[in-house]
Amino acid sequence: MGPLIPLNIIDPSWNYVIALVIGLFFGFILESSGFSSSRKMAGVFYGYDFIVLKVFFTAAITSAVGLFYFKYLGWIDMSLIYINPTFVTSTIVGGVIMGLGFVMGGYCPGTSYCSAAIGKLDAMIFSVGMLVGVFIFGEFYPLLEEMYMAIPLGDAMVYDALGISAGWFLVILIVVAVGAFYVASLVQEKVKEVDY
Amino acid sequence: MDRSKKYWNPYFGGMMLGLLLLLSMYITGRGLGASGAVKSTVVTAVDVVAPKHAENSTFYSRFLSDGKNPLNEWLVFEAIGLIAGAFLSGALAGRLKLKVEHSPKITTKTRLIMASLGGIAFGFGSQVARGCTSGAALSGMATLALAGFIAMMAIFGTAFASAYFFRKFWI
Repeated sequence: MGPLIPLNIIDPSWNYVIALVIGLFFGFILESSGFSSSRKMAGVFYGYDFIVLKVFFTAAITSAVGLFYFKYLGWIDMSLIYINPTFVTSTIVGGVIMGLGFVMGGYCPGTSYCSAAIGKLDAMIFSVGMLVGVFIFGEFYPLLEEMYMAIPLGDAMVYDALGISAGWFLVILIVVAVGAFYVASLVQEKVKEVDY
Repeated sequence: MDRSKKYWNPYFGGMMLGLLLLLSMYITGRGLGASGAVKSTVVTAVDVVAPKHAENSTFYSRFLSDGKNPLNEWLVFEAIGLIAGAFLSGALAGRLKLKVEHSPKITTKTRLIMASLGGIAFGFGSQVARGCTSGAALSGMATLALAGFIAMMAIFGTAFASAYFFRKFWI
C-alpha cells in the first residue's frame, strides 16, 4: 500500500536520498528525450518538431492511467496524494505568462536546468531570469494577493468539472492524444525541415 | 546527419517520464517539480540579505515561519538530482558543450536577451500559477486535478497563439 513515505513504510529520513534519485532519473529522461535543446522544443510551436507534445502527453497519460489502476487495485491511498488546489484566475493568468515565457525563452524551468547542465549558456541565463521573476512576484505579492486567491475550488477534479467519470475522462484523453499525435505527424511532413 | 536518432524515441521517453512520475507519487505522495527549487533559492537569498524584509513579507514569511520547510528542501534535492542526471545523459550521448543555441537568423545577443526575458516571465508565472509545466501541469494532470488541465491549456494555448509573433526568433 502506498504512498510509502506518508504511510511511514519508508522512513522519512530517506526523503532527501529519494529526492536526489528521482531527480537524477528525471534529468536523465528529459535530456535523453531531447529536452536540452530550446530549438528542438520550440519546434512544437512551428510544426518542425513535436517532441514536447509527444513526450508530455505520453507522460501525462501513462501516469494518469497508472494512478487510476493503482487506486482501482487498492495499491495506493489517494487521500494521501497531493492534489493541486484549483484557483481558477491565478492558474490561467500564471499559465498565460508562462506560455509567453516558453515562446520567448524556449525552455520551461525543468528543461532549462537540463540544458544548463549540458552547457547551454542561454539556459543558464534563462535560469537566472527565473530567479528574477520569482523575486518580482515576491516583492509585488501584496498587490497580487487578491488575484492569487480568486475563485478557489479546492481539490477540484477535471472529470467532475466535466460531469463524467474518471474512467471515461481517461478514455477521452487517450483518444484526443492519439488524434493529436496523428495530426502532428501530418503537419511535420508538410513543414520544411529546420536544421538545428 | 540525423541528430534526432541519438535521442530516445519520444513515446518511449514520455512513457519513462510517466512511470517515474507514478513512482514518485507511489513513494512520496507527490509528483515532480522544478520551479519549487527556484522559489526556495529566492526565499533563502532574501532571508539572508534582508531578514527583516523577509519576515515582514506575506509571501516570503509563509516559507520561513517554521524555520524550515521540508517540502522546499525536497524540491532543491530533486533539482540537484535533475541537473546531475541531465549532465550524465548528455555526457553519455556526447552532447556536453558550452554554447548558445540559436536560430542562424538572430544574433547570440538577441538570443540571450530573449532567454532572460523568457526566464523572468516563466519564474513570475510559475509563482502566480502555483507551479510550472512539471509541478502544476504534468503532475496535476496525472492526478486528474482540474488545476493541472487549466495550467496545461493556458501554457500551451498561449504559446501556440503567440508563436506567430515570435517566429523570427526561431525559424
